Amino acid sequence: MAGIPHDHYEPKTGGEKWLHSRLPIVGLLYDTIMIPTPKNLNWMWIWGIILTFCLVLQIITGIVLVMHYTPHVDMAFASIEHIMRNVNGGYMLRYLHANGASLFFVAVYIHIFRGLYYGSYKSPREITWIIGMLIYLAMMATGFLGYVLPWGQMSFWGATVITGLFGAIPFIGEPLQTWLLGGPAVDNATLNRFFSLHYLLPFVIAALVAVHIWAFHTTGNNNPTGVEVRRGSKAEAEKDTVPFWPYFVIKDLFALAVILAIFWAVVGFMPNYLGHPDNYIEANPLVTPAHIVPEWYYLPFYAILRAFTSEVWVVQIASFVTGGIVDAKFFGVLAMFGAIAVMALVPWLDTSSVRSGRYRPMFKWWFWLLVIDFVALMWLGAMPAEEPYASFALIASAYWFAYFLVILPLLGVIEKPDTPPATIEEDFEAHYGKKAEAGSDAAAAPAE
Amino acid sequence: MFKKLAISAAFAVALAPAAMAAGGEQHIEDFAFSFEGPFGTYDQNQLQRGLQIYTEVCAACHGLKYVPLRTLGDEGGPQLPADQVRAYAAENFSVYDPELEDDRPAIPVDHFPANTAAGAPDLSMMAKARAGFHGPYGLGMNQLFKGMGGAEYIASLLNGYTGEEKEEAGSILYENTAFPGGWISMAPPLAGEDVEFADGHSNDLRNEAQDVAAFLMWAAEPKMMARKQAGFVGVLFLTVLSVLLYLTNKRIWAPIKGKKTS
Repeated sequence: MAGIPHDHYEPKTGGEKWLHSRLPIVGLLYDTIMIPTPKNLNWMWIWGIILTFCLVLQIITGIVLVMHYTPHVDMAFASIEHIMRNVNGGYMLRYLHANGASLFFVAVYIHIFRGLYYGSYKSPREITWIIGMLIYLAMMATGFLGYVLPWGQMSFWGATVITGLFGAIPFIGEPLQTWLLGGPAVDNATLNRFFSLHYLLPFVIAALVAVHIWAFHTTGNNNPTGVEVRRGSKAEAEKDTVPFWPYFVIKDLFALAVILAIFWAVVGFMPNYLGHPDNYIEANPLVTPAHIVPEWYYLPFYAILRAFTSEVWVVQIASFVTGGIVDAKFFGVLAMFGAIAVMALVPWLDTSSVRSGRYRPMFKWWFWLLVIDFVALMWLGAMPAEEPYASFALIASAYWFAYFLVILPLLGVIEKPDTPPATIEEDFEAHYGKKAEAGSDAAAAPAE
Repeated sequence: MFKKLAISAAFAVALAPAAMAAGGEQHIEDFAFSFEGPFGTYDQNQLQRGLQIYTEVCAACHGLKYVPLRTLGDEGGPQLPADQVRAYAAENFSVYDPELEDDRPAIPVDHFPANTAAGAPDLSMMAKARAGFHGPYGLGMNQLFKGMGGAEYIASLLNGYTGEEKEEAGSILYENTAFPGGWISMAPPLAGEDVEFADGHSNDLRNEAQDVAAFLMWAAEPKMMARKQAGFVGVLFLTVLSVLLYLTNKRIWAPIKGKKTS
């Protein structure tokens, strides 16, 4: 299916030909797994496999957890304890599922920032990027819905605060919030629909992942140089690429094993570290927790949501211009979704002719500042909304938008990029030079 | 109604710092518990002493409704012999049986009863529902190194009464250095020498507080020892697998990479 020339599956036996002329599924699998992959991919390209693994892990543990869970306000919390105490291996299933969400988000953030650094979003991979952003949004929704299911204090009050964001939309906000909750407040109807959607969305994500893979298998992978694979002939393409199997499958599996060892240590030794103690208290609509904080993976955007208070001049201007329709709360909601929207539009905001950040001397600095900005926002999201944190959060939020809306468009004009290597082969040889063609044959011999 | 909800949500966010600030003055002592760290285990004798304190003191007001009595006999817990579990259940608790339409002595398959008589919170998950350590600066590093500290919180709370009292809105509040806000409505439950241990272990206040905190940690996380075991085996297995995959990867790529020159 790829544009890169390579060998395709040829059915040999009668049975294979019979199947292939009716359903070319073996050919599809063969082409997918044998896709020519740039041979200079570095360790930042492992996260796709980690993410696929996370999705499978979450779906499998989730399906088993559902067998023992009861989505009812009077029984949900007790059914979680039933899983923890009575179900065989239930405590591992639940801790794997809860911490699996964290691993999922760790991986997706690194995956996204890898794309931002190496310009993976640039033409012709805009569709891959957009689908990726949709997957990320669906992940955020799924994570939030899932966090409500244990029906602890943070579940309940998190759901109240987050659905309240929709209530901030002018005119339709309140009916929309009621429609989402299935009633005037977070209650049994809310829990049931959140449960239903929490089960549905992972399969939507799985379908989007298939499209994501389809899209980048059509364009071919990006790589650290940002230089495209040569496609003039099969021989030429083979100088730049190796088949996905076995070279990258084994590499990715090695990375997966290392990351799973760390993940397993977290699950086995400190499974509640990333959670919030208040969620071990059953939901109580009459008692508000002292400190409502979302899960760590929402904190950067939570910080942006809270940063725009009514004291900020842009908020005051927006409020004045719209005659009060856009108040501080709605502005915060717009800013939060806008922060993701500007990231989704990055293929059209980045004007540089060079794809990879490796060859962009000025870009590098702004990019790493964005990474620091993201971490800072994550920390600020967990801090109370008071000085000096509020000012820091505002500055950090402003930088997030400035990076996408001002810096990237301008850099393409101002910056004088370095010259990338002419081919992927050249880049690869610079790191792993073969002494000579003959020498490489000799080196290959012992490995076979 | 929607407005109210929105306002309450906004308030919740806005009020958070105040509560945080008050909580910041809590004093939580870093007790050394046997179950801390990746290899920490429950001390079976300590859990049994904690069970005794719970039964003789705490159970008067606090329930443990999520904890099945039979789990007292489970491995990795107080591990009472089966006959003792039966006797303990029958002697200490009775439950309402809808078939008899009357109370009957508890049996091991029953849970510890709930107890809402005094308005006291259930203690089943108390050791996981409190964090002893915070910070620094919201980074959570203390929790990484010292654990979440639920048991430390409980032990500190039981040790944290200053003896000061005040009356507020018709109820008496007791000053406590571990409690968020500093004033708690629970009268000091332990004073030292509240129970006599069969094994002659010290029953001063510090020891009692730690014993019952350890018991409540077990009540909240009864499968901790099995979980750590699984964690240890899994990490070991995955480490070996990583080494094997590393070597495989190296070997597969060798002919592609040739010898490294830079």
